[in-house]
Amino acid sequence: MRRSVDADSALIVADQVTVAYGVDPVIVAIDLTIERGDMVGIVGPSGSGKTTLLKALLGGISPRSGSVTRRSDLTVGFVPQVERIDWNFPVTVAECVGMARASGFRAPWISKRERVEIDAVLDRLGLHDLGSRHIRNLSGGQQQRVFLARALFTGAEIIFLDEPTSGLDVKTRHEVLHLLADLNADGVTVVLSTHDLNGIATHLPTIVCLNKTVIGAGSPEDVLVPDVLERTYGSPMQILEHGGMRVVVDAGPNASVLPFQREVGA
Amino acid sequence: MSWSELTAPYAFEFFRNGVYVATMAGALCGLVGCYVVLRNMSYIGHGLSHAIFGGYAAAGLIGVNLFLGAGIWGVVTALAIGGIVRRRPIGSDAAIGVVTTASFALGIALVARYGSPGRSADSLLFGNVLGVNTSDVWLVVGVSLAAFIFIVCAYRPLLFTTFDEEVAQATGVRTTWVDIALMIVLAATVLATMNVMGVTLIAATLVVPAVVARMLTDSFSAMLVIATAVGAVSGFVGMNLSYHHDLPSGSTIVLVGTVFFVVAYLGGGRFRSRAGTVAHAH
Repeated sequence: MRRSVDADSALIVADQVTVAYGVDPVIVAIDLTIERGDMVGIVGPSGSGKTTLLKALLGGISPRSGSVTRRSDLTVGFVPQVERIDWNFPVTVAECVGMARASGFRAPWISKRERVEIDAVLDRLGLHDLGSRHIRNLSGGQQQRVFLARALFTGAEIIFLDEPTSGLDVKTRHEVLHLLADLNADGVTVVLSTHDLNGIATHLPTIVCLNKTVIGAGSPEDVLVPDVLERTYGSPMQILEHGGMRVVVDAGPNASVLPFQREVGA
Repeated sequence: MSWSELTAPYAFEFFRNGVYVATMAGALCGLVGCYVVLRNMSYIGHGLSHAIFGGYAAAGLIGVNLFLGAGIWGVVTALAIGGIVRRRPIGSDAAIGVVTTASFALGIALVARYGSPGRSADSLLFGNVLGVNTSDVWLVVGVSLAAFIFIVCAYRPLLFTTFDEEVAQATGVRTTWVDIALMIVLAATVLATMNVMGVTLIAATLVVPAVVARMLTDSFSAMLVIATAVGAVSGFVGMNLSYHHDLPSGSTIVLVGTVFFVVAYLGGGRFRSRAGTVAHAH
């Protein structure tokens, strides 16, 4: 990810993008270039515009001003927040993955060739033999991977993920992160939003700190610094080193205050 | 009851037409109703049928073909509901409530002021399956074929848009056109089956088969097939029962569907858990 445009490798270029749902803009004057092979995490506090930026990059929202330019033949996949999924909707894993190929005329049923492709994608993501299972009857990590499989089944060159580890335990979160790293190593460009600085963001090669506008962008070493984090989160942050990784901790005046006290002898 | 007694009413053309129409209308409503139920728009069948009543009255007043007027009115109403939901922070239930009841109120006012324009308002409100003629049969055949072809051709965009419209749009599906096309099919379905079921009962024929199917399966494609079959069987059995027991046909069809609902409610969970076990073991 670079801020300047490289015509050969740029997949999506956001140029001074401002998006508003009502009067007040949600994101302002965003300049961002996503290049082939990038693995980018967009971080920021709640309400900072992470999901809105993802949707603007996807083309799901038209900017009030500025422009988003996508390579004309770019194939994209989108993995929504799991909280947004209707888990009572009657789809099996195979149906969920198969619906992604919806362009042009296609037979309603999944062809033999598509079945082979779906099985291959499910195998790749560790969902072997779960094709006939209803999506509700899966673990949290498996559910996340089903929607990743749906994105991959379209042949997406770039996959957007909105809070992909939300609600997952630590082990499953690591599994998802490793899976994304493997996909990225295979050439898939990954752009995700996350509020999880230590669990996800510090592991990514590139981070965009967002609070209505881009506060900082670059490697964790460049971006995870007190000044950028304070401007992003509106609160002082301290950076610690642990096992070669950066760990961000709250350094604000109320950071160590725990008002809950056990009543002795109660 | 002997076989000859069971088949006796088939000697009458009006009954044969009624059975044809009730069976096909049941299948059609079952098929289209799956999308209605899964989009949480169960009330739309009820609302649209009322709205079309308004169009029927208005068409009579201005002197255009009743069917054409009511049809255009229904499609415009359906599109208006879809448009309001997309453009304003209003839930589909509220938009349906406002648009369709306003249209129905207009129809009532027009009929009260200027009188019923043609077919009796009672038959439109409560249905008259035994009064259907050959043109009604062909109308239901035509709409059923069109709906079936549409759902086959647009199966995946329809499924994707119904399941997750935002992601479908983001990945290239023209969701607005999919919504518009579905609303047109829905309006045509309500219009074609209104003479059979009546304004007051049409919502049940749209919703009940789909709900029954949902309780029996966790697969979307299976739900479409089961809902279509339940709708068709309800129509066929309901028509025959209504003749032999001298009951109103529309009500009997709905009651047969309700029996399916009760059976599915009592046994559906067991069926689906068995299917899940098979999938797990597999």
